[in-house]
Order: sequence, then structure tokens, then C-alpha cells
Amino acid sequence: MSTAVAQKRGLGAVIWDYLTTVDHKKIAHLYLVSGGLFFLIGGLEAMIIRIQLMKPDNDFISAGLYNEMITMHGTTMIFLAAMPLIFAIMNAVVPLQIGARDVAFPFLNSLGFWLFLFGGLMLNVSWFTGGAPDAGWTNYAPLSTTSPGHGVDYYVMGLQISGAGTLIGGINFLVTIVNMRAPGMTYMRMPLFTWSVFVTSTLILFAFPALTVGLFLMMFDRMFGSAFFDVGLGGNAIIWEHLFWIFGHPEVYILILPLFGAFSDIFSTFSKKRLFGYSAMVFATVLIGFLGFMVWAHHMFTVGMGPIANSIFAVATMAIAVPTGIKIFNWLFTMWGGQIRMTAAMLWSIAFIPSFTIGGMTGVMLAAAAADFQYHDTYFVVGHFHYVIVGGVAFGLFASLHYWWPKMFGKVLNEKLGKLAFWPFFIGFHLTFFIQHFLGLMGMPRRYWVFLEGQGLATGNLISTIGAFFMAIGTIIFLINVVYTSVKEKKVSGDPWEHGRTLEWSIPSPPPHYNFVQTPLVRGLDPLWVEKMDGKEGMTPAEPLGDIHMPNASILPFTISLGTFIAGFGFIYQVDDPIWLVAVFAGMGLTLGSMLTRSLKDDLGHHIHKEELEEDIKKGVGK
Amino acid sequence: MRGWMGKFRSLFLFGALTMLLTGCGIENISALKPKGYGSELLFDLMLISIAIMIFVFVIVMAIYAFVLLRYREKKGQEHIVPKQTEGNKALEVIWTVIPIILLLVLAIPTVQATFDLADQSTQGDEGVLTVDVTGNQYWWQFDYADQEISTSQEIYIPTNERVYLNMKASDVIHSFWVPAISGKMDTIPGENMNTMYLEAYEEGVYEGFCAELCGPSHSLMYFKVIAVSPDEFDQWVEDMQNIDPEATPETTTAQEGQELFNNNCMSCHAIGGASAGVGPNLGNFANREKIAGILQPSKDNLVDWIVHPDEVKPGNQMPAELVSEEDAAKIADYLLELDHSDVGNDLEMQSVEE
Repeated sequence: MSTAVAQKRGLGAVIWDYLTTVDHKKIAHLYLVSGGLFFLIGGLEAMIIRIQLMKPDNDFISAGLYNEMITMHGTTMIFLAAMPLIFAIMNAVVPLQIGARDVAFPFLNSLGFWLFLFGGLMLNVSWFTGGAPDAGWTNYAPLSTTSPGHGVDYYVMGLQISGAGTLIGGINFLVTIVNMRAPGMTYMRMPLFTWSVFVTSTLILFAFPALTVGLFLMMFDRMFGSAFFDVGLGGNAIIWEHLFWIFGHPEVYILILPLFGAFSDIFSTFSKKRLFGYSAMVFATVLIGFLGFMVWAHHMFTVGMGPIANSIFAVATMAIAVPTGIKIFNWLFTMWGGQIRMTAAMLWSIAFIPSFTIGGMTGVMLAAAAADFQYHDTYFVVGHFHYVIVGGVAFGLFASLHYWWPKMFGKVLNEKLGKLAFWPFFIGFHLTFFIQHFLGLMGMPRRYWVFLEGQGLATGNLISTIGAFFMAIGTIIFLINVVYTSVKEKKVSGDPWEHGRTLEWSIPSPPPHYNFVQTPLVRGLDPLWVEKMDGKEGMTPAEPLGDIHMPNASILPFTISLGTFIAGFGFIYQVDDPIWLVAVFAGMGLTLGSMLTRSLKDDLGHHIHKEELEEDIKKGVGK
Repeated sequence: MRGWMGKFRSLFLFGALTMLLTGCGIENISALKPKGYGSELLFDLMLISIAIMIFVFVIVMAIYAFVLLRYREKKGQEHIVPKQTEGNKALEVIWTVIPIILLLVLAIPTVQATFDLADQSTQGDEGVLTVDVTGNQYWWQFDYADQEISTSQEIYIPTNERVYLNMKASDVIHSFWVPAISGKMDTIPGENMNTMYLEAYEEGVYEGFCAELCGPSHSLMYFKVIAVSPDEFDQWVEDMQNIDPEATPETTTAQEGQELFNNNCMSCHAIGGASAGVGPNLGNFANREKIAGILQPSKDNLVDWIVHPDEVKPGNQMPAELVSEEDAAKIADYLLELDHSDVGNDLEMQSVEE
């Protein structure tokens, strides 16, 4: 069931196929399209913010709308753009890199996606129903608990639903990587991307429950009259900050680690060298993941935790610089002595090193607890986290998309357009965010709707806005490239970069429905490279040709998620009118009914028979 | 009591960095032009960290540039297979140990400064001033409990003395930030009271900001720190203590304004010693640098503010069109006569034309 076949069927059939698919490769497409769409929405919000801050005392948008913009920009970019785009790459690549035919729980994979999508849609519906959330993406109580209207309710319900999806996805990848590796693929032979997804999934498993708990408390405070964060009734507002950051800090590593892994693969491939210091890289990844849980309170140095707590969290935070530094040097020395081929994917990766190094360094500066009394909640912080999130995550996503696009869609993204998109984005990025460090220290707090004439902030803000437009141009060229490539570019072979080292490059682009005709035998790190060096054409199979067992498609993940979506509206509006409880019961009924169906109805999957496989092999699959 | 880093300033790198950074921003606003104990200490800490970071960055970039220039694939070399290096123990130890040392160099002054700024050892001593700070949507209240005076929007402090601040919020979380004098500290509703101290080296009017998102008018919640000599400060305290809320203003419009004010505004606001809580204490209104923290002090602006507060500061608590424009003008006349102290009148907020 390749895409070529799918295109010949009707549109309805294609849509039905995507609604019911449990194939990790198609779920990757779903994540990519919806994550990309939210990325554009979040980008538009960013442009509106920058236009508002273009000059002093500007009144392009109102103060209330501005707060909605910043809240939705942050929330959208983190939860609805970066996370799903990372999940797109994870889905497209991880099963292939470990020699598996799908993830461990294909049904859950689909459920995770639909929960995320409905959560994201719910959040954005708030724009049309009387106002988006406006208490910042951090949603601090009591500003959030007392925020009028239903905006914050949408934040709570939307993130709760999409967060459940992410948690499910994380567990799924954890189990997949533990259980589904091909024979010979020991832990210390896993590609760095798979390793980092493994660590990231562990972080998701431990970090997201903190958010879930926080959101439940917030939900009960706002919708059912509890007072967890209400100081007037004996609650405590600071508890939200702790819960949020116990989730929120690991979240930034959840975002960056998979891309660290992707960069490792890309540097290695396009330098034609094995990764320098592989074990150190694995160790550093695990250590960053571990330390990532020890440092959440560095977001709260000005909350008044006292000098002892502040010092402990400061030193712990600084410690993270060590494994990160190890990674930077290992990447540099992977390229050292190699044959660097400057593809678009490599260009984004090369640009990542200085950008992320700056972001990491300002991170260490912020870790100095006392100095954070000046940096905290100013544009210095805004500059810092955009250097790591755009310079790390966004650059990484662009690099990964260029690198794995042929594996996902069978065509290499046009290299010329790819490089053309890179330059305005790269220049615009530094124009936008470098100056913000200085703006912060010159006295521009974060989340300011206007700054005033005579504060010396006008020039810097104008430069920043100009930079944002350059970034927009780069993004548009990238989109043009996607369209151009799908229309004009030619189909490519399984190993379009010629120096592919890992298992995904040993199978056709895009891979057949079942990925591997025969599960490959892994004989070392960079398994395909090992075979190439031995003069072989492909992988040695680890099993004889035989029937392949595959999971069945199902609409149930979609209906389960749709139910939570409906119930979400019910929860939000039952505060105004109990009639909305009908939506709660209808929605939960749909969700639980679908779950019951799933539990009671046997779904044993289907087999792809040996004869079909032999047909496919004749057509060239498996070589 | 200058920061202990002072002596390192003579080093070239620090000198150059200091020159570079102090070029940024405007006097009495920018954290890069420190004029108080806290801001200077933190500026020194920033310099140490920036110097270390530049050192690291230069090394990384040197290797980076070399690698990119030297190891590009050239035409005709497509089939060369480079040596597949696994790693290098010595190198890996070096780039693990050196960063640890550099971080220790930064960690020690960090911990020192963190404890230094949290020091409360002299609070409550004879002659040491403590001011209670309350953050409200969207204004600041300053209560001098021992002196039994209250102000809002402008906090007066004596120079070269530690002034402790006990900080709270009445509604949502705010953050009190005076970059030129000290760092910031959150003000939190409920039982979490925070304490920090200010110490300004020079007389002047310093810009203060709310640094924690607190609603639509978060970006309009400015305040001023007015540092005056200790003698002048004592004078100011005396002037403030002598405010008589009942005193009859000079002009007739102002007298009418007083009556209107007492009838319409006193349920929230206060004049003189009392701290009303719901709205700012307007005792020294005519001495303020700004109306509502942002508007230039003119009668027109004041009338505009009284009649349409929501257009100036969206989301604030003061009801719109409580009084007619005519009445507002009378109230404005009254308020602009509340000029009880000329301490600090010679000081001006720095600003530049852009």
C-alpha cells in the first residue's frame, strides 16, 4: 500500500485511510501536517507581537489581545508545533532505525496523535468563542485562576487533552525502543537519534504527569470551586509554579534532546565519519535528561525561596553545561578529519552550533542565581530561550526534515531552495533575538505590551522586528520548496545521500507498509555502513522470508479523542449553564464506549503473505 | 561597600567589557549602568560570567572555523573514505574537566552574591528603615510603618543606606524591579512575604518596573524610586507626617474639588497617613513624577485619567465616568495642589529623545 497506490484512490478513501491508520509512517505525515499548520499559526502570532513592539507606544493591538497573543504564541509553539513536529520525525524514523515493522502499540500511536490534534484544536477554538487564554504560557496563579471569561479554561482543557496524547506517545516509544530492536541492535549500537528519543520518552513519562496534576488542580479551581491556588481560602499560588516547572523544565529537554540526536546522525552522515565519542554522547544525553529534573526552580529565583535553595538550583543548573559542552565538542570532532558535504540539512546543523552555544552560554549566565535578579522576566530571558529553542529546536527540525524528507516522501527537498530558505531565516533569527539580550538589561521586562518613548528601547525593538520579517521570508521559501519538490523533483533510491549509515537507508524511500521484508541482522554501530565497508549491497537478513503480521487500521482512536474534545467543551461551559453537562456525558460516553469496543472486540491484525512479499521483491523492494 | 570584584576591573578584558556594556541603555533605568549596591554586585557577576562565556565561545568558534575551512569535501574526493575515529580519551577528559573548573569559578561568586543579597542581619536595628511594599493591579503602595506614612507609585529612600523592603501583593503576583539600583523580587499574595533591600549610591529618580505578567496593564505599572540625601529624607518624612487631609485648598475650584473628592473617591483612596488599600494614597500627588505611573503631570492628562481610566490603563479597578469632566477638572485642581514637600523636586528622570 504505497503512496502511489493511495493516490489513485478517491479523496474520501485517502481521508478515511488517514483517519484510521495505525502505520507509524502515515502518523508521521499527520503529525507533520498538523504540527506545521500550528507552527504557521504560532508564527503569525509572533509577527503580530513584533509589529506591536515595532515602535514605542504602539497601539496596533490592544493590551488584552496582546496578552492573548503572547500566551497563544508560547503555548502553540511549544505544545502544538515543536512537540508534534518532533513526534513526526520520531514516528518516521525510530522504527526504521531499529529495524522494526511498526511501533510497539500502533493503536496507541494513533490515539496519541488524535488526542494531541483535538487538544490543539480546542485551544485554538478559544479565539472564536470570546477570547484566548491570556495569563502567559506559564499560566501563573492567581492571574490565571482569576482571569475573566473562558480563555484559561480552554488552556486547561486543551493542554490536558493534548498532554495525554503526548504521554501516550512517550510511553509507546519507550516500549518500542526497549522491545522492538532488530537482532544485534544492542543499546550501545543504537543510532544517537534513537538514543535521544529513548531518553526523551523517559522524560515525557516522568514530566507530563506533573503538568497533568497541575492542570487538574487548575481545572477544579476554575470550574468546580476548589481553592488549591486561592490564598484567600488557604491555598497557595506558588504550588502552581512548582508543578508547572517540574514539568516545564524537563519539557525543554524533551524538545531539544531528539534534535541533538538528529544533529548527531546528520553530522556523522555528511562528514562520512562515525560519531566521535559515541559512548560519551550517549552518557551526556542520559546525564542531561537526569539533571533536567533537578533544576526546575531556576525559573523561580525571584519567588523568594531563600539563598540556600537558590544556590543549590544555581549550581545544579550550571552542571548541565558540562554534558552539553561534551556534545558540542564531539560534534566538532566528528567533522574533524571528515569529508564535509554541505547539503541543506548540513547547513542547518552547522548553523546550529554557534547559535546553540550562545543560547547555552546565556543559560549559564541565567543560572547564576543572584544575577538572575536582573535577567529574570526580561527580554534577556526571551533572547536566551529563543536562542535555544529556535537555534536548537527549529534549526534541528529544518535539518531533520531536509535529511529525512526523502525517507518520508521519496523525494529530496530541492537543495537550492533549501539553502535559499536558510539564509534569511538564519540572519533574521540573529537580528531578532541577539539584540533582545541587551534590551532586557536596558530595562525591558518580558511580556510588555508597550514600551515608552525615552527609555532607549526603540532602536533595538525595531531591529528585532525587522529580523522577524526575515524569518518569515525564510519560512515561506521553505513552504514553496515543499510544494516545488512534490511537483518537480524525481523519486529517489533508498539511500539518496549515498553515505547513509543507519538502517533506515537500507530500505526503499518511502519504505513499504511493512518496512523490512526481512528483519535485518545488525553487526555493529552504523549497521548499513558496516555492510558497505564489507562490500555488501544491503543488510543481511536475520530471518527467512515469511508471512508478516501487521496491525489493523481502526477508527476508534479518532472517536476516543473526539469524545474528549466534546466533553472538554461541556466542562468549560457547564459553569455557565448546567445544560452543558449533556456534552460532558455525551463526550465521555463516546470516549468510554469506544474504549469498551476496543476492549471487547478482538483485533488480531492481519498477515502479509510470503507470495505478496515475493511479488514486491520482484518490483525492487528489499534491495 | 563596593563589590569585591572592583579590583578585577583593572584587567583589560573586564575594562573593555565594562566599557562596551555601560554604553547600553539610559542612566537610572539600565541594569548596565549600576548605581546601587545590588545592581553593582550583579553587574560584576555578569561581567565574570560574560568573560568566561566569551572565552569558551572563542575556543569553540576557532575549532569550528578550522574544521569548516579545512575538511570540506572537494571535487574529485567523493570516494575518499575518512578514518572512522571512535574517540579520544585525553581530549574528552580535557573538555569535561576544563568546563567544570570554569563553572566553579563562576559558582563561587554566584553563591556569595546570592547570600549577600538575601542578608537581613541589620533589619530592625535602630535607624534602619523598612518599607512595606504592596503590588496591586496596577499600582504600588509603600507603607513606612514606623514613620506612619504611606505613599504610592513613588518610594523615597535615603542614599547610601540599606532600606529593607517587606514585599507582598494584594491580588496577583507582581515583581518589583529597579534595574539601576537592585535586582527584582516577586510580590506574592497570601502568606509568602519576601524581603530584599535597596541601597542607592547617588541621589536621583530611578525607574521601577513590574516584571511579572499581572494582567492587561502589566506594561504600564511603572513606579519611581526617589533617592535623596539622608537629611532631605528626614525632611520628607516630616513633611509627609504633617499632611492634613482636611486642610482647605486655596482656590475655590480646588475647594469644590476637595468636596467632590471626599464624596466620590475617598471610599478607595486616601490622603495623608492612612493606607486605604483599594486605591493609591494620593497624599503627595502633586509631587509625583507621573500620573498613574505613565502620564505626564498636566491637568489635561489628569482629567482624562479620572474620567476614562480604562483607556489609559486597561483592566484597572477605577470606575470610568464616575464624575463628569467638569467635576474631574475641579478634582484635578485639588489634587494638583497636594504639594506638601519640595524634597526631590530638583531631581529629574533621565531620558533621551529618540
